[in-house]
Amino acid sequence: MKISAFHLMPHRELPDDFEKRYHSVWVTPPWWELADARRVGQYYNWTLDELLYAARAGFDGVCTNEHHQNAYGFMPSPNLMGSVLAKLTNGTNVAIVQMGATLPTSNPPIRVAEEYAMLDCISGGRLVAGLPLGSAMDVSLCYGITPMEHRERYREAFALTLKAWQAREIFAWNGRYYQLANVNLWPRPIQQPHPPVWVPGSGSISTFDFAVDNEVCYCFLSYSGAKSAKAMMQGYWKVVADKGRDLNPYRAGFLQLVAVADTDARAEEKYARHVEYFYHKCLHWPVQWLTPPGNQDYRSLVATVTNPMRRRAEDLKRFRYRDFVEQGYVIAGSPATVRDRLKEEVVEGLRVGNLMVLLQIGSMPHELTLENMELFACEVMPALRDTWNDEGWVNHWWPESLRGTKPTPAIAGRAAGGA
Amino acid sequence: MTTARQNVHGADAGTRARTLSVWHDQIRIRVVSKGSGPAVVFFHGPWGLAWDPFLDDLARRFTVYAPEHPGTTPDTPDDAGKLDGLWDLVLCYDEVIDALGLDSAFLVGHSFGAMVACEMAAAYPDRARRLALIDPLGFWRDSDPVVNWMLMNPGDLPAQIFRDPSCEAAQRMFGTADDPTARVRVMWAMGVTGKFIWPIPDKGLKKRIHRLKAPALLIWGRDDRLVPAVYAEEFTKRIAGARVQMIHDAGHAPQLEQPETVARLVQEFLLA
Repeated sequence: MKISAFHLMPHRELPDDFEKRYHSVWVTPPWWELADARRVGQYYNWTLDELLYAARAGFDGVCTNEHHQNAYGFMPSPNLMGSVLAKLTNGTNVAIVQMGATLPTSNPPIRVAEEYAMLDCISGGRLVAGLPLGSAMDVSLCYGITPMEHRERYREAFALTLKAWQAREIFAWNGRYYQLANVNLWPRPIQQPHPPVWVPGSGSISTFDFAVDNEVCYCFLSYSGAKSAKAMMQGYWKVVADKGRDLNPYRAGFLQLVAVADTDARAEEKYARHVEYFYHKCLHWPVQWLTPPGNQDYRSLVATVTNPMRRRAEDLKRFRYRDFVEQGYVIAGSPATVRDRLKEEVVEGLRVGNLMVLLQIGSMPHELTLENMELFACEVMPALRDTWNDEGWVNHWWPESLRGTKPTPAIAGRAAGGA
Repeated sequence: MTTARQNVHGADAGTRARTLSVWHDQIRIRVVSKGSGPAVVFFHGPWGLAWDPFLDDLARRFTVYAPEHPGTTPDTPDDAGKLDGLWDLVLCYDEVIDALGLDSAFLVGHSFGAMVACEMAAAYPDRARRLALIDPLGFWRDSDPVVNWMLMNPGDLPAQIFRDPSCEAAQRMFGTADDPTARVRVMWAMGVTGKFIWPIPDKGLKKRIHRLKAPALLIWGRDDRLVPAVYAEEFTKRIAGARVQMIHDAGHAPQLEQPETVARLVQEFLLA
């Protein structure tokens, strides 16, 4: 299987009473009260250093993502980050996994096609092209896209992107939302016919259909762990089967928060406050912003309103570290604990071939992040890497030149001595 | 095409409902009507049409036609997707007025619906005999931003819209907190009307409003916490002779909180 290090680039020093004093971490957090540009420059550099460290430690890929006006993740242009990573990982077998630039917030959306083609050229064909729908907060609240048009715009932009990469002739795009008279992308990607495409989703049935129909890797970027994703991912695999596709585990990606230490007890000592910071502060926003009126189509709205059990209404602000670990929101503990739980709950439980792990969590400082990454790479990853190999599946959703390779770790056993 | 009053929210025995097919048969518009006399077309606000005592009062002297905005009628949720923007909506309502057999009418609207009425009167000045606008949208002031109700917790909406959120009209508009049917109706109505005004409800009326020929009356709830009453100036400074009536003890829906007062003012103005 393929295992990638994911990063959100969060604010690591929000005030202790953040969630009491402020309305939301997203859309409305006041920059002048909460942040300092020089300090934020340090965050960006730490983020890049951490992902580069992961690349050297033997991860298969490094992932960045896009959010706007968001203190838990502020890479408004993930491609700026991806460009640095692409250049500095040249000569390695690490994939640049952009999860990714958001089509409906890019105007015209061929900007994403162009930048991804640039990244593929710079990286020598190591790009994984994540094409997310984007959240309502980013797309509608920050970037002004009408909620009811969000999905339609995405689907049109998706089709335009795929065509722009592949068309042999200059073409005109006369769409409902986008009109371009001379589409003629410079550059085109190295990977042919186009880089592998991953589509992140959050459980909506229409996205399952879309992912399977378009033969992309469906990725659940979850902060809630495998237990709450189980029924949803079963729904995805049912759609895969119903549409007559094989059950290739590389059709699925999943993001899991992970924290590794020498022992379970040490993990609690080292990580508890950062995990609680993440769930209490970083996920602090008015719940109705996830689905402003018009964001869901009518059938989804009816399903959500009439079946409130569809989403667990847990009050995460009351959970403590042990709750998050017990319920699998975070998989944390000794290498053996993490190995076993990841394999059983996530990899085999959800049938995931493309695993993403979030190892910098909330306020976690730079040095601790590197320790977490190193322990994961040395003590956990080797036991997972060969999963699915005996079944002979091909990861069509990974750069072809990297499918058979194993990154060579350039970092040796620093974690063995403990932190 | 005629249908029963089935599912018309708040409708009583005296109302009629029929469904018109417009937009090259792609959009069904249900029109609730009552009364006899000169035609009034009433455009409802962002929370769906509910037949109410104000409309009932108007129906004593007028034939009131209250079309439901595209997509807000049960069983037609996807019809709103046939329209791309405000220009399409105005054209669609031009077809509706034709389909009702009217050349012109008194145009009355509330909130989003008042903005639609004003846009209709700007696009088709001869269609509007007189224009009564109740807490209309259509303009934007940085100093007094319109509150975006679509970002609020639905449970907080009654208190934002009504001066007295426990009043019967608030219940009629929003239902009880645990009523999923009402929740779907209100959420969807906000979604399909929001399509025409997101993210700022200023879509260029300031460029078109000079085209109005009809006399206009502005009705505003003094305690409007959604579209502050200062917005009345945006209309009065652009519409020659326009009058403003502030309604005491009312928020964003004065015709629902003070129905007798507002109905009387509107009737007097329309018949003047």
